[in-house]
Amino acid sequence: MSGWLRHHAQSFAAALARIAGEPLGAALNTLVIGVALALPLAAFTALTSLGALVPAGSAEPEMSVFLDLDATRADVERLRAELAGLPGIRNVRFVPKDEALAEIAKTEGLGEVATSLKRNPLPDAFVVRLASPAAAEHAAERAGRLQKVARAQLDAAWVKRLQALLALARAAIVVVGALLAVGLVAATFNTIRLQLATRREEIEVSRLVGATEAWIRRRFLYFGAVQGALGAVAAAALDGAAGLFLGPLAAELSGLYGGQGGLTGLDAPTVAGVVALGAGLGWTGAFLSVSRHLHTLR
Amino acid sequence: MAAISFSDVAKRYPGGHEALVGVTLEIDAGEMAFLTGRSGAGKSTLLKLIPAIERPTRGVVLVNGQNVGRMRAAAVPYLRRNLGLVFQDQKLLHDRTAFENVMLPLAAAGVPPREAAKRVRAALDKVGLLGRERTRPIALSGGEQQRLCIARAVVNRPAILVADEPTASLDAAAASEIMDIFRDFNRVGVTVVVATHDLGLAARYASRTLRLEGGRIAG
Repeated sequence: MSGWLRHHAQSFAAALARIAGEPLGAALNTLVIGVALALPLAAFTALTSLGALVPAGSAEPEMSVFLDLDATRADVERLRAELAGLPGIRNVRFVPKDEALAEIAKTEGLGEVATSLKRNPLPDAFVVRLASPAAAEHAAERAGRLQKVARAQLDAAWVKRLQALLALARAAIVVVGALLAVGLVAATFNTIRLQLATRREEIEVSRLVGATEAWIRRRFLYFGAVQGALGAVAAAALDGAAGLFLGPLAAELSGLYGGQGGLTGLDAPTVAGVVALGAGLGWTGAFLSVSRHLHTLR
Repeated sequence: MAAISFSDVAKRYPGGHEALVGVTLEIDAGEMAFLTGRSGAGKSTLLKLIPAIERPTRGVVLVNGQNVGRMRAAAVPYLRRNLGLVFQDQKLLHDRTAFENVMLPLAAAGVPPREAAKRVRAALDKVGLLGRERTRPIALSGGEQQRLCIARAVVNRPAILVADEPTASLDAAAASEIMDIFRDFNRVGVTVVVATHDLGLAARYASRTLRLEGGRIAG
């Protein structure tokens, strides 16, 4: 092994030894970094799970077109053709009023109500799937003006609102995550500054016996990186623990919206990415600190 | 060829104090030269110019043919690996063992651990501290601490050994032990430069004595 590689390995080992040598201080630092990283990570997990609450395909805009109660079979066929001919329509499905009533009768708690009715009060309807949200409003307006159409109602409005909310929340996470990342860099910067002050004598002696500046700074950089990585592991662990506690509640909520998922835990690539990010931020903080303070120790 | 050469060297510190004024001297390879003079005569400053701890304000300092006054900062560590430095205050790391203190220059130079360990034990043996590897400097006597400092200075097998008042805080017996060690290294070809105010030691051990007065060579 070359001397350069060997010193990288030694610096990494020295960083681990230093952390092991000061378990309480290291644990507190790790916890601070862990909590800082856990917050945006938890928010990311929650948002990912919230996205899963929306049933598959419901993000596509859909429109219900209710016909007048006196609409005939001929009106239905004419409207099927006219609706299919509107711009931005993906497909058109006819739902006869008897089928609609049967669906209601199958719904828990409404069965008795449906069977007690003397006559079917529901209108025939079309369920129209639209190609894009942009086309939805225009298509609904035109469908509403067709003859024998009582009302055209867009069904995807709540999904659009939820998606807009999710987009806003994602942007907020990016901002909060960036701020906390700056905080992590600042915390590491300060830790390394204190270390440089307490190891002033060692740095001076190392210089006198022929150590290069790169050699001296390397173990501080590894210390920052290891501390950041440990903080990220702590964040993932905190997030996992929170997931265990909140998971059943989230699954129940998802069920109410017709979804099947609960909280989705962090997968291995995401955890690896977070650990790499933590190490990178720790390294950056250490690098800035060493660059700023090492030359003042001459 | 001269191991160390000073040509019209001056050193003025910020604030205006002139520590050296037009010093010209040559120390040949294999010499055991003593710098004597009172406190403030410029001995320490002159020694600090050799490993580029200080840079001359004027003149040329050559060490093994290299102009250390104009040396790039990045090249200085490599110069120091070929020099052994012994300090009056030893500059030992008290949170490390004797072994780890002597290992430091080899670790910095990237010497493989097995080879380094062998050389550390050899250096400790030369100064009579073999068997005290795990001892921390604080548990050593003043003379032993100075010998540990010498072991650290020679572990890289330097061609030049530079010592600044190495016996200042030692009794006569311990001082003689230190000087004997320097003489042993000198006998195997190491150039030794020692600054001291102890003229008796200089008279006993020096192959050459240079006297400094007011920053000038006076004899």
